[in-house]
Amino acid sequence: MKFVLLSLLLVVVTVASVVLGRYHISIAAWRRFLLDPRNGDVATAVLLRVRLPRILGGILIGAGLSASGAAYQGLFRNPMVSPDLLGASAGAGLGASVAILLNCGAAAIQGISFLAGLGAVGLTCFVAGRVRRGNDPVLAMVLSGVMVASICSALVSLTKTVADPEVKLPAITFWLMGSLASIDNTNIVWLLALIPVGILVLMFMRWKLNVLSMGEEEAASLGVDTRRARWIVVLSATVLTTAAVSLSGMIGWVGLVIPHLTRMIIGPNYKGLLPASVILGSAYMLLVDDISRSATAGEIPLGILTHLIGAPFFLYLLVRTKQGWA
Amino acid sequence: MLRLESVACSYGAKEVVKGVSFTLGVRDVMCLLGANGSGKTTLFRAILRFLPLTRGEVFVDGESIAQWPRRKLARTIAYVPQAHTPPFAFKVRDVVLMARTAHMNSVGAAKRHDYEIVERALESMGITELAETEYTQLSGGERQMVLVARALAQEAKLLVMDEPASGLDFGNQIRMLTEVRRLSERGVSVLITTHSPNHAFLCASRVAVMKAGRLLACGAPESVLTSSCLEEAYGVPLQVIDIGNGNHTCVPAASRLRPQIGWEGSPDLPRRWSDMSI
Repeated sequence: MKFVLLSLLLVVVTVASVVLGRYHISIAAWRRFLLDPRNGDVATAVLLRVRLPRILGGILIGAGLSASGAAYQGLFRNPMVSPDLLGASAGAGLGASVAILLNCGAAAIQGISFLAGLGAVGLTCFVAGRVRRGNDPVLAMVLSGVMVASICSALVSLTKTVADPEVKLPAITFWLMGSLASIDNTNIVWLLALIPVGILVLMFMRWKLNVLSMGEEEAASLGVDTRRARWIVVLSATVLTTAAVSLSGMIGWVGLVIPHLTRMIIGPNYKGLLPASVILGSAYMLLVDDISRSATAGEIPLGILTHLIGAPFFLYLLVRTKQGWA
Repeated sequence: MLRLESVACSYGAKEVVKGVSFTLGVRDVMCLLGANGSGKTTLFRAILRFLPLTRGEVFVDGESIAQWPRRKLARTIAYVPQAHTPPFAFKVRDVVLMARTAHMNSVGAAKRHDYEIVERALESMGITELAETEYTQLSGGERQMVLVARALAQEAKLLVMDEPASGLDFGNQIRMLTEVRRLSERGVSVLITTHSPNHAFLCASRVAVMKAGRLLACGAPESVLTSSCLEEAYGVPLQVIDIGNGNHTCVPAASRLRPQIGWEGSPDLPRRWSDMSI
């Protein structure tokens, strides 16, 4: 029942997103488009080249960030964890900044950013593997992640100070703010290839995520190969986050708030939590993007809005939740 | 069933368990006693393979468990940790269903058979009515019962329980230990740690006493749980009293208590009772 309602929400938001936008599409244009999607109208071009890819991109990015956030919250046994935890977005941000600095094209920026995100998480895992204090591999990963992310953001600042202030500095700044505006027919393929695979792998891990959230040793005693499970989850969550961020720039709070909210609706069992987070995350991302496109004459960067909406909403959840973490 | 052969393990350079050997038969309930820091918990962690052994070997039915995959180990040894608060509010039924992880396929889809076993485990612990409750809402005693139910649903031959009576009120302690005794009647072997020798009197068929990483004594409760052995283990004067019907209890030997005991452990505390200026 709850799933039906959530899916309905996504359908409604998707339809609204298709209809809404700065370029008004008349009913007659709609009819022509639906009868013959290959006609030469401007409206058709707007729909096919701009609006539909952007909506599909929003769905995929929202889904990917929420799924990886949900998975991390279980793996790290902490509802305050976001997909950025191991440095994925900080690394992607650094990669993009450097690529912009080097005059790369859009595709190269995206590719370098993706690889840098993977690299940052790889570095985190490598460092965590060297940590030999205590018997808590999860804590080692968290601490290494904080460190790697901090180094990345320092280097991003460095690229900003040396960037040419007329062209490159604004480009870096806008990239970091996050937006779905750069999604088009070609780079959407990237998301279509990576995000469903990542979500599928996490869905296969749904039961192990439940068990892992009880603690490392308990999970092991229940028969989970915790090391292997951790690798699979970290790898797929990283691919999801980096694929999303390398295309959209930094979009904060989605991966933290959405799994949290979904847990309040569906409960903590990943069997329901993961698919519901995916649906709710997609709807939320579309909704925020609609606001970003339509609220003002110019476009408000999406990343600013997710912060502006996400943080107060999270505070509201904190106040509302009386005990423990729902 | 379970056989330990001069098992040793260490945290870093510090050897905490220094060569422990014992065997545990089918339907045995072995109670592991010892002072804080004597290596009980470390030994448990070694048996469950949370810690690597530095020496020795652990055998189950004559087979070394060192190379067993986790799934096989979980089908053989079930662990009842001390009740804790997990970050997420799982339903009690889901918590118990986690026991079936080692029996499920790798995707983790629970079958009807698994749910039936969960129901039976809940029933045998008398907590069926808690099935839909959130685990985080339960009291410590109820949580401990849920964790025992989970261990039962794991269908293992050996149950390893880390202080199952800690944090329980007096009545629940006795209920829990009686339950432990009943478990052995179903054909499982049980290994538990406890801080109270009286718990051993209640449920154990065998007792092992640890001190400084070694076994001080191991055997039947009557032969091991003597005042001299327990005094040596805990470093305080104790007295084991026969209270009739073959029952015993262990109490402090009050007359000898005041002058001669030194605190072991924390250096911040006064070293002797006489140092305390009350």
